[in-house]
Amino acid sequence: MPSTSPPGTKLQCRSVWKLFGEGAGAALAESGGSLTSEQLLSAQLIGAVRDVDLDVREGEIFVIMGLSGSGKSTLVRCMSRLIEPTSGEILFNGENLLQASPARMIEIRRHQMGMVFQHFALLPHLTVLGNVAFPLEIQGVSRRTREERALKMIELVGLEGREGFFPNELSGGQQQRVGIARSLSVEPEIWFLDEPFSALDPLIRREMQDEFIRLQAVLKKTIVFITHDFDEAIRLADRIAIMKDGAVVQIGTPEELVINPADDYVAEFTLNVTKSKVVRVGSIMKPLPKRAPSGGYGQDVAASARVAEVAPLFDDSSNLLRVVDEDGGPAGCISRDDVVRVMMQA
Amino acid sequence: MSSQSVSVSTSDAGIAHSQRNWGWWAVWVVALSAFFLLWQYGKPDAKWAFKFPREFQIPLRRWIGDFMTWLVDEASFGLFSFTELTRFIAAVIEFPYKIVLSLLSTGFLQGQGSDAIQILPPVSWIAVIAIFTMLGYYAGGRRLALLIAACFGFIALFGQWDNAMITLASILIAVPLGIAGGLLLGIAGYRWRPVEMVLKPILDLMQTVPVFAYLVPILFLFGFGPTAAVVATIIYALPPMTRVAMLALRGVPGEVHDLGSMVGCTGRQMTWRVLVPSAMKGLMVGVNQVIMLALNMVIIASMIGAGGLGYEVLTALRRLDIGAGLEAGFAIVALAIALDRLSQALAERAQAHQHAAGVDASLIQRHPYTAAALAMIVCLAVAGLIVPALQTYPESWQVSTGTFWSEVVRWINVNFFDQLEAVKNALLLNVLIPFKRFLLGLPWFGVVGLLTLAGFSLGGWRLGALVGVLAFLIAATGQWDKAMVTVYLCGISVIVACLFGFPIAIATAERPKVWRWVQAIIDTLQTLPSFVYLMPAVMLFRVGDFTAMIAVVAYAIAPAIRYTAHGLRQVDPQLIEAGTAQGCTQWQLLTKIKLKLALPEIMLGINQTIMLALSMLVITALVGTRDLGQEVYIALTKADTGRGIVAGLSVAFIAIIADRLISASADRLRKRLRLTR
Repeated sequence: MPSTSPPGTKLQCRSVWKLFGEGAGAALAESGGSLTSEQLLSAQLIGAVRDVDLDVREGEIFVIMGLSGSGKSTLVRCMSRLIEPTSGEILFNGENLLQASPARMIEIRRHQMGMVFQHFALLPHLTVLGNVAFPLEIQGVSRRTREERALKMIELVGLEGREGFFPNELSGGQQQRVGIARSLSVEPEIWFLDEPFSALDPLIRREMQDEFIRLQAVLKKTIVFITHDFDEAIRLADRIAIMKDGAVVQIGTPEELVINPADDYVAEFTLNVTKSKVVRVGSIMKPLPKRAPSGGYGQDVAASARVAEVAPLFDDSSNLLRVVDEDGGPAGCISRDDVVRVMMQA
Repeated sequence: MSSQSVSVSTSDAGIAHSQRNWGWWAVWVVALSAFFLLWQYGKPDAKWAFKFPREFQIPLRRWIGDFMTWLVDEASFGLFSFTELTRFIAAVIEFPYKIVLSLLSTGFLQGQGSDAIQILPPVSWIAVIAIFTMLGYYAGGRRLALLIAACFGFIALFGQWDNAMITLASILIAVPLGIAGGLLLGIAGYRWRPVEMVLKPILDLMQTVPVFAYLVPILFLFGFGPTAAVVATIIYALPPMTRVAMLALRGVPGEVHDLGSMVGCTGRQMTWRVLVPSAMKGLMVGVNQVIMLALNMVIIASMIGAGGLGYEVLTALRRLDIGAGLEAGFAIVALAIALDRLSQALAERAQAHQHAAGVDASLIQRHPYTAAALAMIVCLAVAGLIVPALQTYPESWQVSTGTFWSEVVRWINVNFFDQLEAVKNALLLNVLIPFKRFLLGLPWFGVVGLLTLAGFSLGGWRLGALVGVLAFLIAATGQWDKAMVTVYLCGISVIVACLFGFPIAIATAERPKVWRWVQAIIDTLQTLPSFVYLMPAVMLFRVGDFTAMIAVVAYAIAPAIRYTAHGLRQVDPQLIEAGTAQGCTQWQLLTKIKLKLALPEIMLGINQTIMLALSMLVITALVGTRDLGQEVYIALTKADTGRGIVAGLSVAFIAIIADRLISASADRLRKRLRLTR
């Protein structure tokens, strides 16, 4: 296996293009692998995914966020080759998926990938147990083994006791739990979630997000998560890629996006985000003054804490808190004014 | 091409639009005047325009005849000949058919002909009723069970049991084969685009070619008998299943397809584990259609030896024995209703998945219905040896209403003969015959030209060419006059159906309670095999065009009502409120808003009415019409394949021309009204 990816990278997209329309491949090759919006328009092509480069690291939640029509669903389907990209490379564990044979692709999807769908995609004729065991059944796993494993997954998502129910007897939230259990039943290395909570009511959505965070704390999967909801992205992501018109506008941690949006488009999204709940103390701290302040420091705070969490720690006597890093060593300090400034930004 | 030209006409500025309209007006005025001149004054100089010159006729009939002879006598696929292939198919069908027939009707026999000894009796009539009743209970509860028991009881009571079982045996063989074949073709069409491209026009044609026309080549290839009838039934019932299967598979959400790929399905797993089960709801609609079409065809196929209830009706028609025909007709109705409701309930049940408790039950507990059915068959077979009435429905219990119905008809004819005859004659003399003369007097050349122009103006050059070529072919194969008689009968029937259907729909569409009744009636009308409609019409008006018209109207009125009502009810309520707010009267609301917006839907209803009318028209050949249907019927009795197919194709061409022209104008209208389907 040619290993061109840095260690710790699970999945890489290398200048991935997906164009819809006649003669897309030829047009792209002719232009030397890059087309501008005007060129696409004149060739009557639609650029669903345009020149996307990104790395998904082992064990992280990588969120791809974009409005409808931004190409995020197409991109995630390119990653699993449900849609054939027009050009580029998809490296999974360093192996280029676009050169994999159909048999190899079936092998990879059976054992290393899992996917959750927006509208659940449950099979109506199978029970909860049958649905969750379905990927294993396709692999030819014996009934006893697959049902054992499926039951474990059903328990994991909190649906025990409903194994015998059919999808039409479940609520939306419960159906998506089945979808999640099913995608986990093969113990995938990479887990694609395509807007998994978008079809749910807001309250249920919140509950499912919490559930998802709980699950990931246990499972520590590598996750590609698609959403059109910036708040959801901020809540769940380790890193976010923002897409617009098929291209990636910015990739960064939620904090980076909020503090330092690449352009007005990204800034627009961050506008309504409560910054103090995103920004970490470490990002706005200042170096420790040479002399300790007259009133002394208040409590020590961790660099990874959010600004909103440390705000209540200031009392009348202390205007300055000392910031410590992961090992507990002093890293800097944060003043009342710094905190207030962040808090005032909405 | 056509969609582009339409989009231009809607998006262009109003001035360009009206200019285009003026252009079309001018073209039409010129074309119509030319047509009129040709019609009125052209006869002496342009005889060829009125009667297609014999020397230029395409000898399609002979070609087909020769081809069939070649097929049967010489065609070979290398390893085996065509005749061997048909024999093989016949054997494959005959074997299960014999078993089912033995089970239901004849019993298992040893020996041949009259020396045969019955080894095992057929399943007792009580067991058959009980099994179907249990199926009804399983699928739809007590009400359905009662209905089905009543239907089958009716059949036994009126002495139609044996005939009904022969018909049922054919259906039991044809339906699974039709479903399987249709499903496989549908899957192939779904998976491979080229297959779909080939299938589509064939399916279109198969649905418009009249049923009799199928029978002719099948009779030629398979001979007279139940096997040929089953083959015809399968072929007839297959196209809708194929179409429904393609549609249902295409309706499976993309995500479910993606799921299949993501869990690593192979092609076969994808089809059978993911797509087909997900599409089950749609597929079950197809199953119901196959059952109903099979019943319809099995009845008609009595002409090539299906036997059973259809044969009863047929012989009764030939003898003009109204009583016997009606009785068999009622039995067909009972069978149709039972099978229709049963298959619909089973389809619904297949949808309503409910979790069941316990997998640890014993075999009998898990399959209570099957166990009960088997027990019943065995017990009744044994008991039947002692008490014969349990085995075969005793003749002395049969009620024959044949004489009663004959009496009723005689009474009607004695007391109302003058009135009925007066109505019939008035309509014949003042409407039917003048209309027929008018159509027959038209020059084929002019009609073909006008049709082409209509196609061109409605849907671009492609539609124009299609319509023109089809119309020309009818003339060029020497079918023009017969085709005009078909058009005349069909046209009159459709007009009458609309005259009755529209008011019914308008009056009932917005009254949910009344509409439920109307709907129940037209649903039932549509499930009845077309054969059944002939009896009452003949009973009252004897044979002839008028009788044919009555039967056709009765058969074809359902879509006129259904589509009109549907169109009226789907008008946006906001528009009606807006109309009311502006002070429209009820009449204005109806004429200025509802009917206008419902027009595209109404046109589709007319389209469907025409299709049904054409298919029924061919069957009315049995009551003595002189149109293409008669031609097919004669071909059938003479086993003249060429003649039958050419006439059948002509009917199909008429249907296709009407269908395409009406659909195109409905589409245009819908676009103009900015309605989306």
